[in-house]
Amino acid sequence: MIWSWIPDHLGLIWQLTVENAYLGLVPPLVGLIISVPLGIVCVRWGWLYPPVLSGTSIVYAIPSLALFVALIPYTGLSDTTVIIPLTLFSLCVLVPAVVDGLRSVPEPVRQAATAMGFGTLRRLVQVELPIAAPIVIAGMRVAVVSSISLASVGQLIGISSLGYLFIDGLQRDFPTEIVVGMACVIILALAADLLLQGVRALLTRWQRGDADVATRRVLTRLTPGGAR
Amino acid sequence: MSFFSYAWDWLSQSQQWQGANGIPTRLVQHLVYTGLSLLIATLIALPLGVIIGHAGRGGSAVVSLANVWRSIPTLGLLVLMVIILAFSIATWLVPLVVLAIPPILVNAYEGVIGVDRDLKDAARGMGMTPRQVLLKVEIPVALPLILLGLRTAAIFVVATATIAAEIGLGGLGRYIIDGLATNNYGEVAGGAVLVVALALAVQVSFVGIRRLVVPAGLRQGAAQT
Repeated sequence: MIWSWIPDHLGLIWQLTVENAYLGLVPPLVGLIISVPLGIVCVRWGWLYPPVLSGTSIVYAIPSLALFVALIPYTGLSDTTVIIPLTLFSLCVLVPAVVDGLRSVPEPVRQAATAMGFGTLRRLVQVELPIAAPIVIAGMRVAVVSSISLASVGQLIGISSLGYLFIDGLQRDFPTEIVVGMACVIILALAADLLLQGVRALLTRWQRGDADVATRRVLTRLTPGGAR
Repeated sequence: MSFFSYAWDWLSQSQQWQGANGIPTRLVQHLVYTGLSLLIATLIALPLGVIIGHAGRGGSAVVSLANVWRSIPTLGLLVLMVIILAFSIATWLVPLVVLAIPPILVNAYEGVIGVDRDLKDAARGMGMTPRQVLLKVEIPVALPLILLGLRTAAIFVVATATIAAEIGLGGLGRYIIDGLATNNYGEVAGGAVLVVALALAVQVSFVGIRRLVVPAGLRQGAAQT
């Protein structure tokens, strides 16, 4: 290990970290925007959910590298080529999370809201989505962490991220660079994870204890989202 | 030209289907890497997860393990291994096994610990020994989740073995990496189609295994997973 490499390359490391954060964070955010309405539709019309679920689990099985290269003729060597597959992968986690979250709303709560005169939309926004939030955020945690880690694979088709340090380190036979790259990916992922836990604590101060157990269950069921 | 026409042009050339760099050889290599890693990981992680779940302790450690696991950049780990150890069987086998362990372990743990308490009490009430409760009640009930963990691990290993072509491993990933290196997009596209086909075949085989081993009474309720 040649530690002096690090202070000499802080600028590069920072720039790659920012690029990696961008490639890793945009897909789960876009995924969230797509999966909330999709999840609501799947809960409302239950027959839609099994085919949607099969679709996402098929996509989930596809190795990231294969999807990246398959998009090259259409989106070229741009960020989009990495962002589209990672967005699809995050849907595999987020759609089930939204559906599970909405289904976890107790029927009496729903009925109470209706009895208080809430319309469908208001009940959804003010009652059902807040109750679903912890589970949706649990899904976001899985999606964000794996997407940050996966973004580095995009380097194989030349999309710049912390993966640059892996490939450059390999070509120059220089382990320090690789270790630094891995550390940055892991720190970035865990920092984003911590941030989401904070968001959850802020959003759901009224919900303690039980929610943790529910969240853990979902996390395991969603263990998918690993770094392919 | 679309992705599929590139892939088709390459796949339909007869020289791709023979020889040491031919598709059958590469496919078998990929299957061997995947199967071997998965087998070793299962032998380690499955008993461990079941035991921890049966004992009902260490749960939070297991779950944080799953979280850290997701953040590990596999490409980084592979290139680091090849630089430190030079290319050998351990270079790819160790990362593949280590990284296939967490999903199997966590799902086995979560499956066993999630078994309804009443069910276990009933089993004990019927006079089953702790060992029988484990083998005849807890494991069968946990089976859908255990299989889900194995499937996740399998998907993961197939994909990582593809990326491992970058450090010199054989298998179907070779076509993608070599094609990128030589600017031969036809080869890249053909390789990608083969990798996707393999990944989907693995997925389908897990649906089949599930149908064979999960008791009928459990399949209904666990359909969601």
